[in-house]
This record gives sequence, structure tokens and C-alpha cells, in this order.
Amino acid sequence: MSTAHDTVDFDEALAMFEPVLGIETHVELGTNSKMFCSCATAFGADANTQVCPVCLGLPGSLPVVNRTAVESTIRMGLALNCSIAPWCRFARKNYFYPDMPKDYQVSQYDEPLCFNGYLDVTVETDDGPRVFRVEIERVHMEEDTGKLTHAGGTTGRIHGADYSLVDYNRAGIPLIEIVTKPIVGTGVLAPQVAKAYVAELRDLMRALGVSDVRMEEGSLRCDVNVSLNLPGAEWGTRSETKNVNSLRSVERAVHSEIERQAAVLTTGGRVIQETRHFHEDTGRSTSGRSKEQAEDYRYFPEPDLVPVAPSEEWIEELRGTLPELPALKRARLQAAWGIGEHELQTIVNAGALELVEAAIADGVDPAAARKWWTGELARIANDRDLELTDLPVTSAQIRRVEELVADGSLNDKLARQVFDGVIAGEGDVDAVVAGRGLAVVSDDSSLLAAIDEALAAQPDVAEKIRGGKVQAAGAIVGAVMKTTRGQADAAKVRALLLERLGVSE
Amino acid sequence: MAAMEGDLVRQEAAVLARAIAEGEVSAEEVTRAHLDRIDAVDERVHAFLQITGDAALEAARAVDRKRSEGIPLGPLAGVPIAVKDVLTMRGVPTTCGSRVLEGWRPPYDSAVVERLRAADMIMLGKTNMDEFAMGSSTEHSAYGPTHNPWDLDRIPGGSGGGSAAALAAFEAPLAIGSDTGGSIRQPAAVTGTVGVKPTYGGVSRYGLIALASSLDQAGPCARTVMDTALLHAAIAGHDARDSTSIDAPVQDVVAAAKRGDVRGMRIGLVKELGGDGYQAGVSQRFNEAVEILTSLGAEVIEVSCPNFEYALAAYYLILPSEASSNLARFDGMRYGLRVGDDGQHSVEEVMALTREAGFGAEVKRRIMIGTYALSSGYYDAYYGQAQKVRTLITRDFNAAFEKVDVLISPTAPTTAFKIGDKVDDPIAMYLNDIATIPVNLAGNTAMSLPVGLAPEDGLPVGLQIMAPPMADDRLYLVGSALEEALVDRWGHLLIEEAPEL
Ligand SMILES: [Zn+2]
Repeated sequence: MSTAHDTVDFDEALAMFEPVLGIETHVELGTNSKMFCSCATAFGADANTQVCPVCLGLPGSLPVVNRTAVESTIRMGLALNCSIAPWCRFARKNYFYPDMPKDYQVSQYDEPLCFNGYLDVTVETDDGPRVFRVEIERVHMEEDTGKLTHAGGTTGRIHGADYSLVDYNRAGIPLIEIVTKPIVGTGVLAPQVAKAYVAELRDLMRALGVSDVRMEEGSLRCDVNVSLNLPGAEWGTRSETKNVNSLRSVERAVHSEIERQAAVLTTGGRVIQETRHFHEDTGRSTSGRSKEQAEDYRYFPEPDLVPVAPSEEWIEELRGTLPELPALKRARLQAAWGIGEHELQTIVNAGALELVEAAIADGVDPAAARKWWTGELARIANDRDLELTDLPVTSAQIRRVEELVADGSLNDKLARQVFDGVIAGEGDVDAVVAGRGLAVVSDDSSLLAAIDEALAAQPDVAEKIRGGKVQAAGAIVGAVMKTTRGQADAAKVRALLLERLGVSE
Repeated sequence: MAAMEGDLVRQEAAVLARAIAEGEVSAEEVTRAHLDRIDAVDERVHAFLQITGDAALEAARAVDRKRSEGIPLGPLAGVPIAVKDVLTMRGVPTTCGSRVLEGWRPPYDSAVVERLRAADMIMLGKTNMDEFAMGSSTEHSAYGPTHNPWDLDRIPGGSGGGSAAALAAFEAPLAIGSDTGGSIRQPAAVTGTVGVKPTYGGVSRYGLIALASSLDQAGPCARTVMDTALLHAAIAGHDARDSTSIDAPVQDVVAAAKRGDVRGMRIGLVKELGGDGYQAGVSQRFNEAVEILTSLGAEVIEVSCPNFEYALAAYYLILPSEASSNLARFDGMRYGLRVGDDGQHSVEEVMALTREAGFGAEVKRRIMIGTYALSSGYYDAYYGQAQKVRTLITRDFNAAFEKVDVLISPTAPTTAFKIGDKVDDPIAMYLNDIATIPVNLAGNTAMSLPVGLAPEDGLPVGLQIMAPPMADDRLYLVGSALEEALVDRWGHLLIEEAPEL
């Protein structure tokens, strides 16, 4: 078990070593049916209700390739600038495990459908944004395994469990595996490059519509390979951290593995080629299975399937269906909105690009669209553990809030409460304003009463203002805002106050 | 058709179907006659692992009802059939002759069984086989051997010995077999019956429990060429659930069987499949058949297929490789046998104990060979090399079929041997399939039909006809012509000479 003193500080580590990364990403495709049968793929169904003889691997059953999955893989390959194989086969990966109905996985081995591509990713640095080209080794198709739940024991793993349950609903769901070539030259940016790459993949898949990439459901899983070497030396031995399932974890996994390996190397140790398990709670990994004795999967061409041989015409037809890719889209929107790289990154990081774009298209003021989606709405989504896209907020609602702000009936603070009410299901904008009594207090007489009260409570401040120290007015305005529970227009309070005291700005 | 009454079980399927269609006999009577026959003889023959008598009678009565209601019936409606235990049949125990599947009742019908149901045929039960179709004698069944009705001390061939013996013992007029390296044809040869391995992809493999996916093919077995053709037509055709199924119309095999004509046909005698390794009586009957074919107007020439020499070696790498993977799923986790689940053993141990107890020696031997052949470092030398040989054999066939329309050879080198004679000598056992294996490697189609009894032992001899892929009709043109000539000569079908049980 790693502890704090087993690591070398990150910056110190990378002052000595150069990191090499490799990332294998498995993503569940968003097809309606499984890879080799017609079973449904919906998440969250009762255990073993979305199964049939084929995905249960019953004796005699045979697979048939899901054409949509092949199509999605080719489109992904094209978007990643890959070559598409004119002819390739599936292969069987043989190993015994109870979550695999056939005790082999139908995958692709030495004949991937897509190969030799790249993806450009942008990371923020102190010197501004920097673009890294991540080269793609291959993109191939395979089937997912079932899901094991281990009961009893302390580790939640199969060893030591009292018994285990298997749900084969996931067995046979189409996956694509995207494998990078070694990523070199990232230096201290390695964790960010890894994270940015996975984020870019996710955006690409969403843009292509091949997967909605619900990371919280485990539909995107990364295996992160890391090695360190001295500058100019041969690459080091790599470890593979398995099942890293969120962007933040990808970043942390690279970060902590660099620290760990640096500690091993600087104390004269040897990095072991092994798989490691990442722990979300600690942000660190623990040693898994040693890979020094490489497992022999006895791959051979799957004889139950015919080769996949996409025609030139089909590939070109699919190329024609590619949407505007995320990087190009970002550049276009940045120009159209006239915003800086930093503000764009804020929008992208909030996952709000499409939402802002849609809001503007729906007639929302561009600045307002950006402000609400990356600010208050993002905060609410985060608090409620929701995807931004899951918030039930419409462009019409944002427009209405903006109208109310413009005519002075709402201020920003009240507007936040309006959105909170809308998201809580309290009705439309006007209904929430009425229901929560959120209209700005604009009745001069009640404001003046509040001002008088505040002046009486703070006579020294009142004197200062009368004496020309206009900047002291803030204390009185604040007190008035407090007594009106924010339901006043601060600018108006200030104007009334100065008028009351016969002072001008 | 009063004469039929006592003899229902000796009738051809075509005759039974016609009699049922015309109301001369009911499907129920026909089914009962066969169930009675099974009752009377199967204790000695042991062709069946499961007899589904009640379901068969119910299906027969449904056919009779349909007929009485004037609903049109298919050409084999009401005819009983035996199904090799390698095909899934909903709710009926399906074992593949193995302990590891004991008690498993598949929740689905195989494509072949579906088609038999759709054809209103009456399934009598499941027939015995070498475990997972690995063998040439049915001695490797975990449920005991099947006996050859010609001589109960002898093997009925394998792996489909149960289906062939059921035909020869008049327990069923039709049967389904599966052929990976000769498992339809060699049993047909040694039981004096007819069997066809269709073109690979001609009959859906959906629900056919895989031995070697790239070699397996289900096919028809019967006592006459015409009956075989009728059954072939009933089960063949494209099935979207089998990716290797051929999406093209099936040749009219029934018309070919009706025509039965070899005039002007070029027939190639495979030089490499004959000679010293073949029993004298086998060669003698084979040569006589060649003379008949010549006399019927065929031009018979010798053809060389030099790479056939390597077929057996290649086959015994490809088959075990695929089988080692196909049989991995029998791990005790989901169905069938489970050994060691006592709370003390790990999942790996339960898998190992189940496989140790559930598989017989021959299955273990082939799983080990296959696992070895696919291992990294050995893959190229074994599996890779074997695939190259396969390509060469396909080329030999292609070259031969440029010169001739069909190829012929003896089906098996010997007649039926004694039970126990070769069970401890795998190589001797494997050599039984020397003439049948090349067809599976190339994906061609072939038929075995009886051409007489070997003088030295009085046991049936089979002749194999081989045709190019998707030319299954040629088998029936030749087979039917030859059968007709032989029946003319003998005055009856060869099977009529089988001893009374
Ligand atoms: Zn399924």
C-alpha cells in the first residue's frame, strides 16, 4: 500500500524524469441493441432481463454483427483521422472468467477496423493554450462482459467474497476501444494532456452521436499506462492503471503514478510491469496483477463471423455524415462570439458549449447565455450532481429572466433564486417569481423608510456621507439590501440615499 | 395400402409422406409404429439418448388434424425423424453425449429443429454421438456406445453413430446428423445408409452446438438418396442468425434426385484416396461402382489432389484449436454440471473440477492439443500452418473441379470395426476420416451411399461423392443414378440385407 513518503513530489519527479503515457479507452456505443444479438442495451434494467441465448453464450448460439456498431466505429475512426481497413476480422480473446458467458471475448486483434490516426488536444498553460497531437494506434470493436457483484468479504473483490452474482445485461454491449500510440513530450503537462485527451474523445463521441458517454454509469473506462525515463534514456517499464472512470481521475491517476514511479526509481528500485487499481477516494492506486508473465489469450480469428469489409463507397458515405468536429466548432464559436481562449475554456470545461450555442440561437443575449450556463446553472447542476444537459431550463426561461432583469423587476441575486425554483419544479419563471415573492422592491416610500432606519442605526456613517465621503454609502445600501432581503435594486437604493442626504456623486 | 400396415417402419420417408397425405395411414399410426420399434430394439442398439414419445404423438395428431381440416401439408409432413443430440431442441435435454451438459434443457430451438417443426415432421428423440462429436465410433459418448445394427458387436461409425444406427435399425426413416470431418458420411458408410454433408453455409448452424465452427455442418441422413434429398430441401437455406449461412437459393436437390443421371458427366477418381490403406472388400465394391458409373455413361478419370496428404494433420490442428475455445463455456457457471460448489472452492477451482469431471478423455485430449496449438509462440507453426494447408487443399479441389464435375472415393477405409478395437488408439481412430476430412476443410459438399457388402466380412461399404460448394445437386444426380443401378442389380436396397434384430 502506497503511503505519502513513498512518493516524490510531482514537480521534483518531472525535473528528473520524462513521462511516457499511453491511454486505452473503452466506450460503450449508444446502439439500441447489443453487438451480436438484438437484446436491448438500456442501463439500469433488472439483472439478467436483457439477455438471450446469444449474449448468454448458450451452446449452439451464434453472433451476428450489429451494423450500426460497425458504422459508429468507422465514423469514430474517420473523426480521429484514421485509415479504415478494407477487410478485417474479429478475433476471440480466450480466458476464463465468470462474467464472460463464452469464456472468450469477441474482439479484434491484429486486424483493427481503424488504425493510424490522431487527435489534437488543447491544454491551458501559464503561457497560454498549447496544442498536443495525440497519435491513435487503433480503434476496434468488441463486446462488453457481464457485471459481477461480490457479496461478503472485505475487499469487494472476487477473492474473499462469500458469493458472487453475475448480471449479463451488460454482456455483449458494443464497445469501441481506442488505443493511443505512446504520448511523449508532455513533461509536467502529462496529467492535463491525459485529461484533455479523454475529454476531447468524450466530446467527439457525443458530437458524432455514437455514444452519450455517461461516465457516471461507467460507459467510458480508461486504462492509463505510465512510464518514466531519464532524459535521453530508453523508455522505462510501464504500469497500467485499470478502470479509471472520470476525467478528474485520469488526471489524478497520471499525477500520482508519476510520483510513485519517481519514488521507486530514485530509491534504486525497479518499476514492475503490472496492472494497478485506482481508488477514487484516495486518488492513488494499489498494485494489482503482475503482467511480467504476459497472459496468453490465444487469439485466433473468430470463425463464427464473416470478415468486415466496408466498401469505399460506404466509408465515403459515412465520412459525409460526420458533423462539425468539436475543435473546429470551438474555434468557430470563439470567433463568432468574440471571446478569449480563457472564456471559451470556461464554457467548454463547464460542458456548456452546446447549451450556450442553442440559447443564442433561440434569441438569448449572448453574454447572458454564457453567464447563466457557466455560472449559476453550472453551480446548481454541480450541487445536485446532475449533468448540465439534464437541467430542465429552456432558452425561453432564460430570455424571460433577462427581460425581468432589464426592466428592473429582478436583480441577479433574485434571478438565481428564480432558476433554483424552476429547476426545483416550482413552475415557469413568472410562477416562481410570484410563488416565492421575488419581485424587486421598487416602491420609493418603503425603500425610503428602510434608508431612514439604516441612517438612524449608523449615524456616524451618515455624517461621513454628508461630509462628502460618498464611498461610505455602501454600508447603508448594504443594510437596506439586508432588510429588504435582497429584493431591492441596489442602484436605486443608492440614488435615493444620496438624494435624501443632498449629496451628489 | 394394407401391405403397409405391418411394415410401416421399413418404408421410405417419401412413401410414408404420400400415404399420410392421402389418408391411407395416419401420422399417429406411423409415429406409434416407430416408437414401438424403438421400444423393441433400442435396448440393444442404443441409438437414442432421449425419446420424446409424448411430444411426437402430439405432433403427429396435430398433423392428422391439419390434414382433416384440409390444410396443405409439406412433402415430409407426419414423417418421423431422429435428431442428433448436438442440436438444441427447446425443453428437451441436449447433452452432446457429454456429462458436462447433463440435465441441460435448452430454452430455444436450433434452426434445423425449427425447420423440421415447420415442415410438420415428427421428432422422435435425440440420438447418441461421440462426446461433442469427437470420434468415429460413438464409443466416446458419455452415455455408452451405440451398436451397429448389422452386427451389434461393431461400431456404427461416429460421431453420428446414433442417427445412422436409428436408420439402419428401422427406428426412424430419417435422421439429422452433423459433419465436421465425416460424422455424417462415415456412419452412413458403415451402416449401409445415405448421408450428405451440405456445402458449408448451406444449412444454418444456429443451435448446432459447435465442435469446430469453420468445419461443422448439419445435414440429412436417410436410407435412400431421394429421402435424403427431401430432408436436405427441408433443412437447407439462408438464416440471418448464422453469419456464415449462404444467402443464395438452394439448388433443387429433389429434382436432381428424381432425375438421377450421369450421362456425359465427368467423374474424378481421387488418386490419393484409395489403395493400400483401404480394406480389400472396400476397394472391390468401390471399383465395381466405378464400372457401373462408366456403364451409365459417365467419363471416369483419375485426378490427383496432392495436398490431401496433409489434410488429416491440418484438420487435427484446426479442429482442436476451435474446439478448445468453443468448449470453454462449459465451466459449470451457468448450466449443466457443476462440481465442487461447496463453499470451500474458489470459482477457478469449481471451473476446473467441473471440466475435469464433465469431459471425457478424447475431449480433454483435443482441448489440450488446441490450447497448445493456439498458444503464442506456437500459433504460426501450428494453427497458422494448418490454415495454409487448408488453402492448398481448397486449391486442389478447385483444380480438380476444372477437370471433372464430381470427385469420388471410398467413404471410409474399412467397414465397421469391433467395439473396443480402436478406442485406445487415437491415431487409428482418426484415420477413419482420412477420405472425408478434405471436404470439410474446403467447405465443399459430399454424400456417402452404400455400394455393397465387403465379401470378407459381409459389412456395408460406402462410396463418397464430392462436389464443389453450392453444387449439392450434383451429389444427387450421381447418387440417385448409382443407387438405381445397384437396386436393379440387387433387386432391393442394400439395407434390406441387414439382419433381423
Ligand atoms: Zn442477447
